[in-house]
Amino acid sequence: MEKTLNNKAWFFVLPVLLLVAFSAVVPLMTVVNYSVQDSFGNNQFFWYGADWFREVLTSERFHDALIRNLIFSAIILAIEVPLGILVALAMPKKGIFVPVCLVLMALPLLIPWNVVGTIWQVFARTDIGLLGYTIDALGIDYNYVRYPLDAWVTVIVMDVWHWTSLVVLLCYAGLVSIPDAYYQAAKIDGASRWAVFRYIQLPKMGRVLLIAVLLRFMDSFMIYTEPFVVTGGGPGNSTTFLSIDLVKLAIGQFNLGEAAAMSLIYFLIVLLLSWVFYTVMTNAGTDKPLKGGAE
Amino acid sequence: MTDHATTAHSSLPGAAHSESALAARSRMKTGHFRWKALIPALYIVFLLLPIYWLVNMSFKTNQEILGGLTLIPTNPTLHNYRVIFTDASWYMGYVNSIIYVVMNMAISVAVALPAAYAFSRYRFLGDKHLFFWLLTNRMAPPAVFALPFFQLYSAFGLIDTHIAVALAHCLFNVPLAVWILEGFMSGVPKEIDETAYIDGYSFPKFFFKIFMPLIASGIGVAAFFCFMFSWVELLIARTLTVTDAKPISAIMTRTVSASGLDWGVLAAAGALTIIPGAIVIWFVRNYIAKGFALGRV
Repeated sequence: MEKTLNNKAWFFVLPVLLLVAFSAVVPLMTVVNYSVQDSFGNNQFFWYGADWFREVLTSERFHDALIRNLIFSAIILAIEVPLGILVALAMPKKGIFVPVCLVLMALPLLIPWNVVGTIWQVFARTDIGLLGYTIDALGIDYNYVRYPLDAWVTVIVMDVWHWTSLVVLLCYAGLVSIPDAYYQAAKIDGASRWAVFRYIQLPKMGRVLLIAVLLRFMDSFMIYTEPFVVTGGGPGNSTTFLSIDLVKLAIGQFNLGEAAAMSLIYFLIVLLLSWVFYTVMTNAGTDKPLKGGAE
Repeated sequence: MTDHATTAHSSLPGAAHSESALAARSRMKTGHFRWKALIPALYIVFLLLPIYWLVNMSFKTNQEILGGLTLIPTNPTLHNYRVIFTDASWYMGYVNSIIYVVMNMAISVAVALPAAYAFSRYRFLGDKHLFFWLLTNRMAPPAVFALPFFQLYSAFGLIDTHIAVALAHCLFNVPLAVWILEGFMSGVPKEIDETAYIDGYSFPKFFFKIFMPLIASGIGVAAFFCFMFSWVELLIARTLTVTDAKPISAIMTRTVSASGLDWGVLAAAGALTIIPGAIVIWFVRNYIAKGFALGRV
């Protein structure tokens, strides 16, 4: 759409600007402030320069949490995206089951995150949880409190349970926007099921799929509540992701300087990802008229 | 979107001779129906099992929960729910959550509406940067903001009030609402605005009488997403509250650590937090995907 140049539009944006500045810029400035100072307690602060940043960037603890988080995000994407596409492809296109499916699938998305944690904490316990009990009955020595591998599996299955529906819903929205004519043409050409998927469905889902991947990556990159409730970051530090580590550092050990420096580095990574996301979101609209369908 | 699909279908040039193709297609559909339906069915079972287990537990006594595995409560009891509905420290948690969620929803949508209109209709100095900056706040990790928020709201004496949580959640909900609304508003042709001005509508009259009804579904979706993300968030809500405005999800964590063993009440409290979400999903079921794509599917 052609937009008119009008700088008075700023007045429309002003309320948002003030509100978000109050709740984002002021706290962020506090963080910046802490990140360059050190304290002996008693609110006595002194200049510390960039030392906290150097400390965080070279600290093994930060590296470990970062790597752990990246591995976690990679596994999440590797499972949730194909599974989401599969479910979306198999979903009925019309009929009474469509709204039923949509509502039931969206259900986990609306559960408070710590309740999600609680649900899985209980569900995976070997004494009172259905899942843990079943695994135990199969003769597998499973205990997510004791074994790092089991803790990881539990947290990953929980996240798959929690967020795969997001991928499903987005892909489904992309799929129903494909006109029937495309399928009929494919049928006439004698295209195989795989060819239909590869050359019709996948390209038409491309944009929503990209949004899904970016959203899932970013949200899994800042996951806190769910693994915290289930494992508390343990056993040991095996499920301590970036956010959990940050909260431990800031509120647990009250090491404000280092926590602030870590926050800023963390935030810069997220900023970079947001920029990718922004580019995708604002540029992808250009190919719309050609493809019709969507919107 | 489905409307488009049907139009495209009926205006298909080869519709006359595609009868056999259509027949083959429908045959394929029925032939594959059973195994295809199995995938969503299994997926939904996977989603519902843990929820079923929670609800199942909420109707059991603690003895039964700890005594052994029973798939259906042998002595169904409402005791756990009674505990929650008769103890103010429990049920006030729900009231607190609802209060700040609704406050946040109202604030977010109210300030986002004019801003989204500006972004969708005008170019202005720094608009792209501003739009991007808003998005970065949606993507900001709450863990980064928890402690500075506490200090900021302490300075204003707002700790343990509903408005503090509502304002703090604006950090990610206002950008979300602006993006979603902008997506919906961009779908409304600009000619409508211009026609309204020619017809002598003032801007407020145009905005409330003509424009808002046109994007009513967008407002609904934006409100839903504000509700959703404020409802599920815990870290910030817990940091900013002590007792008077404590959300239900934080009260739950407290009870786990304090008594440790009251699984029945914990399950009942958890089951009750699922209900508001389940109700509102029904109204936006066809728009959820569009909302997650920030109004741009």
